[in-house]
Amino acid sequence: MAILKTEGLTYTYSAGTPFEKTAVDHVDLCIEEHTMVGVIGHTGSGKSTLMQHFNGLLKPTSGKILLDGKDIWADKQKMREVRFRVGLVFQYPEYQLFEETVFKDIAFGPRNMGLGEEEIKRRVLETADALGMDRELLKRSPFALSGGQKRRAAIAGVMAMRPEVLILDEPCAGLDPKGRNLMLQQIRDYQKKTQSTVLLVSHSMEDVAEFTQKLLVMSKAKLFCYDDTAAVFRRSAELREMGLRVPQIASVMEKLRNRGFALPEDLYTVEQARDAMLHLLQKGGSTC
Amino acid sequence: MLKDITLGQYFPVDSVLHRMDPRFKIIFTMLFIIMLFAGNSIWTLVLGAVFVLMAQLLSKIPLKMSWKSIKPILPILVFTAVLNLEFISSGDVLWEWSFIKITEGGLQTSVFMICRIILLIVGSSLLTYTTSPILLTDAIEALMSPLRKIKFPVHEMAMMMSIALRFIPTLLEETDKIMSAQKARGAALDSGKLTQRVKALIPILIPLFVSAFRRAEELATAMECRCYRGGEGRTRLRQLRAEKRDYIGLFVCLVFLAASIVLNVLHKV
Ligand SMILES: Nc1ncnc2c1ncn2[C@@H]1O[C@H](COP(=O)(O)OP(=O)(O)OP(=O)(O)O)[C@@H](O)[C@H]1O
Ligand SMILES: [Mg+2]
Repeated sequence: MAILKTEGLTYTYSAGTPFEKTAVDHVDLCIEEHTMVGVIGHTGSGKSTLMQHFNGLLKPTSGKILLDGKDIWADKQKMREVRFRVGLVFQYPEYQLFEETVFKDIAFGPRNMGLGEEEIKRRVLETADALGMDRELLKRSPFALSGGQKRRAAIAGVMAMRPEVLILDEPCAGLDPKGRNLMLQQIRDYQKKTQSTVLLVSHSMEDVAEFTQKLLVMSKAKLFCYDDTAAVFRRSAELREMGLRVPQIASVMEKLRNRGFALPEDLYTVEQARDAMLHLLQKGGSTC
Repeated sequence: MLKDITLGQYFPVDSVLHRMDPRFKIIFTMLFIIMLFAGNSIWTLVLGAVFVLMAQLLSKIPLKMSWKSIKPILPILVFTAVLNLEFISSGDVLWEWSFIKITEGGLQTSVFMICRIILLIVGSSLLTYTTSPILLTDAIEALMSPLRKIKFPVHEMAMMMSIALRFIPTLLEETDKIMSAQKARGAALDSGKLTQRVKALIPILIPLFVSAFRRAEELATAMECRCYRGGEGRTRLRQLRAEKRDYIGLFVCLVFLAASIVLNVLHKV
């Protein structure tokens, strides 16, 4: 079942002035439930703009967004409800922290939903656990945390609302490699556990190859394609033309294949590649 | 969007007026204001209108933009008109109803005042439409530099002004972003009672202040790292240089001013 759908979605910034800029141009999309979707595209291709449409922060210049088959702009009174169902974490979300303690800050969203104190507490603790945040941390001021801890706190603030669709705009920007991986693993575990739909905007092909099932590729304000991750990476030549690339390991595999090694196609993660190469070596290799 | 209200309303097209020296443009605007207020006759308005029309055509700014600059002051215009109509009583009485009395003199004065204010606004907004805020501060610094003799911190003032101008759009953008982020967490910003609305501002103001202070600190550090020591001996990337067109413009302005004064004197006699 499709949870999010767009029809001819178009958005123009500063329409009618000399600074006019169409950032999203006639995008038709259909995103299924319970999937982890990667969103990739060159800088300025309109990813963030598109994401802000899904929870009604931007109103399309033309076109429609359907959540569960209902136009989200049909009833403006229900917009807050839409925002609780589609959670959006902005790029560098740590700048939105404001409460005295991390606990209170994470509780801001659930409290706005009108939940009871017990339920709020349960959700905050659960989310903090899911993101590997110490209970001790929850009592501290959000301004006294490290960058990575702040990022977690901000993401937790949206996750605690338990949205059906969770959108994360470059959640790993500026984190160290180990921190990135841990964060993505936690996000994937959360997705599996809650059976929600997660949209992950990322500039790292390695990350999306490892963690997502589907890829949404934006190019110059247009939707280039929306397909299975493996299928998208098969179009490596077109991706390169757009200023994107395939994961590094996939390039290595491709070059090895070109030199006559009998490696299968569709190897996009280091683990897959390692297994395939070990398998090849055990078979007695060709030219080693 | 918040970003659409910008302070510097610079309208970037290429025209003679855009290319003129900003120092001269400030002087032109001053001469124009003097012209408007030095005279009291119909000639002042006629000359002012011709002057504005000429500048408007040269600037290639669409008339729509001038309307945009008049719109916010409409209440003030109405207020002025009403005051003048009400309190000036000279000449024949045109219309009377209980304590309201409209006289010929009052009507004349209020029409005159409205035309004068409209010309003033349209004319002076051409300055900000055709000059980018940065050039404007440069020009103000240059024009005020004689004040340095009396130890007035001209450079520091100009620097503060350009920093403020530089960061207004940034802060507006940031406010927009923070507002969006809190709305995404269900903050209700535009409903509820007054106390609730004020409370709803906290999640926006706190992050905004935090980031403004952070930016200020970063900027100060960055300036120190580049050995900023104030205005002494600093050279400029953009040198302001007067050209032929600027002198022609100055000449035209002076002719208008002189004509206005002469016609006013003749009119009185
Ligand atoms: N507030 C705004 N006002 C005007 N133009 C904007 C605004 N925000 C974005 N744009 C423009 O819209 C286009 C798309 O921007 P967007 O932020 O969606 O890109 P992006 O794909 O998220 O890029 P990145 O990967 O760098 O985050 C860009 O060309 C940008 O200049
Ligand atoms: Mg972006």
